[in-house]
Amino acid sequence: MPTKLPPWVNFGLLPLLNLGMAFLVAGLIVVVLGENPFAAMRLLVFGAFGYGEAVGYTFFYATNFIFTGLAVALAFQCGLFNIGGEGQAYIGGLGVGLAGIWLGHWPAPIGLVVGIMAAAAFGGAWGFIPGWLQARRGSHTVITTIMLNFIAASLMTYLLVNPLRRPGQQIPESMTFDERMWLPQLSTVLRDLGYDIGRSPLNAALLLALVCCVLYWLFIWKTRAGYEMRVVGRSEPAAVYGGISPARQIMIAMTLSGALAGLMSLNEVLGAQHRLTLGFTGGYGFVGIAVALMGRNHPIGIVLAALLFGALYQGGSELAFDMPKINKDMVVVIQGLVILFAGALEHMFRPWLEARFARPALPAAAVA
Amino acid sequence: MEELATQVLLLTASTVRLATPLVLCAMAGLFAERSGVVDIGLEGKMLGAAFAAAAAAAVSGSAWVGLVAAIAVSWSLAMLHGFASITHKGDQVVSGMAINIAVAGLGPVLADAWFRQAGRVPVSGEDARFLPIELPFAEAARSIPLIGPFYAEVVSDHNLLVYVAAVSIPIVAWVVYRTRFGLRLRAVGENPSAVDTAGISVDGMRYRALMVTGLLAGIAGAYLSIAQGAGFTRDMSAGRGYLALAALIFGKWRPVPAVLACLLFAFADAVQARLQGVELPLIGEIPTQAIQALPYLLTILLLAGFVGRAVAPRAIGQPYVKER
Repeated sequence: MPTKLPPWVNFGLLPLLNLGMAFLVAGLIVVVLGENPFAAMRLLVFGAFGYGEAVGYTFFYATNFIFTGLAVALAFQCGLFNIGGEGQAYIGGLGVGLAGIWLGHWPAPIGLVVGIMAAAAFGGAWGFIPGWLQARRGSHTVITTIMLNFIAASLMTYLLVNPLRRPGQQIPESMTFDERMWLPQLSTVLRDLGYDIGRSPLNAALLLALVCCVLYWLFIWKTRAGYEMRVVGRSEPAAVYGGISPARQIMIAMTLSGALAGLMSLNEVLGAQHRLTLGFTGGYGFVGIAVALMGRNHPIGIVLAALLFGALYQGGSELAFDMPKINKDMVVVIQGLVILFAGALEHMFRPWLEARFARPALPAAAVA
Repeated sequence: MEELATQVLLLTASTVRLATPLVLCAMAGLFAERSGVVDIGLEGKMLGAAFAAAAAAAVSGSAWVGLVAAIAVSWSLAMLHGFASITHKGDQVVSGMAINIAVAGLGPVLADAWFRQAGRVPVSGEDARFLPIELPFAEAARSIPLIGPFYAEVVSDHNLLVYVAAVSIPIVAWVVYRTRFGLRLRAVGENPSAVDTAGISVDGMRYRALMVTGLLAGIAGAYLSIAQGAGFTRDMSAGRGYLALAALIFGKWRPVPAVLACLLFAFADAVQARLQGVELPLIGEIPTQAIQALPYLLTILLLAGFVGRAVAPRAIGQPYVKER
């Protein structure tokens, strides 16, 4: 959207104002629950950053949210709303899981590399379906991705209850993978550097997530394909006029978006659990929506927003432990409020800010 | 033969029970979407209403208080959706998603803080729930062949809200196709500027449509927690709001076909519950997950134009900006 606002207001003040509103409402809810919101905030911040292990967990969750945030943002660039991150991450996990089960005996890094590629390929394929349906059959991605989330959940439940379940066990989860398929943990490296993150499962997926941020930035703003995608997102008629095929861009965007969401499964499946479990995506796909909206579809914004939500998830569970009146679903409430204020109500403060900070008009207009 | 007849009747009765929240929700969505406002937030409205109904009924001991609370909450969420997407012209899908997520978290948070039962709100007591009503002569009519058992099993013995849902269908169809409000509603979803030119407020019409949406989704939520169920549990709407949306699309945004789609989805659900672990001749055991995924798969195929073609209201999803 074209804006008259200077960048520091558009990318700095406005998101902070929206975030402030979300926290204000959340604070009021805490008051209703009969707790002190400032004490809750203090506990939350300590729970997220107070000691090494907490920091490790905060970054571990943030890794998930960087992937799903990038996924939603990339689709947004093409004017698409991908609500299917949850399903794409789940199916991405299927790719990882199959690699983990079948390739465990392969020599060390090869199986792991294939597993990473499988995560992207499976997630990408699950994202391609709604992309193709939108581009070639005109079915709206919002509805199809919701439907595909449910289909993915049913499919994974079936597979984990039946063929993939570890033999001789009742719990619907796969066998534990060979250690050659585990992503390297960062705790050992960080301990050598003199920083202790305790037993938190922070792993190499974080580095991959940061690499994806750079690749996303290069792709969207420095390549021809990314440019074409943004043109489609801004105006389809302009794209057609400029010789760009919107259908092609839509399919590419949804596939890449699905692939990014699929990579989220690496952090959980190969980085922490080392096996495929039921519902390992835990709603993280939906957090991506809040992250992308907060981060204004820019990698730096996304990393910061992902870190914020990582802190909320980690600090929130500590908070629930210390303040029994607040349970950990409070984080989900905040997530919903952020989507409301940073997404749906983003225009609420804009006219007010534009009246104050809009770039000065031509001097002639001021005189007249 | 007798056995088979009983099975069929029981299956039909449970289809009716499972279809009720879907029908109410689909009718709710019909008003919003026909007015040009995408309503992905049906799920959240229903879940919020289910919590409100359970909480109010548990405290007051009256199902009617529960129903009023359910409608009030669902209505407020509908107005919030309107405030974001009509007044501030925000993205309707984003607004709906925000409501769904916030409510999914808020229900268990409030339930835990107020009732301290691990995110649940149990509702007990005869007056706190809508219990099955036996229609007159149900037992006496049983001896009449065919009609008697059908009357006793399928028509009678449901709670009040099932009958409310049944009655809502002809009323909705009448309102949408035979009243001035209905004509304007459909027009505002197809061509808002024409409605505006006629001197009718587009925003006003859309807000009015959302009020009806809030009312019906509220009843659907109350059905889940204080009629069919006995209390609130986390995520108890379990995707029914999305399923109702799918049924609405499947019914091409028209009341009667949408209801038929709801019945089809509910029937699949009823069959699925009965087929668990049953070996069928020739095909063997059907995985329950396959039947669970079926409604979603059918909706995708329909949207893709492989089975019929669903054409949405033309102005759906676009905030209306008056020409300046």
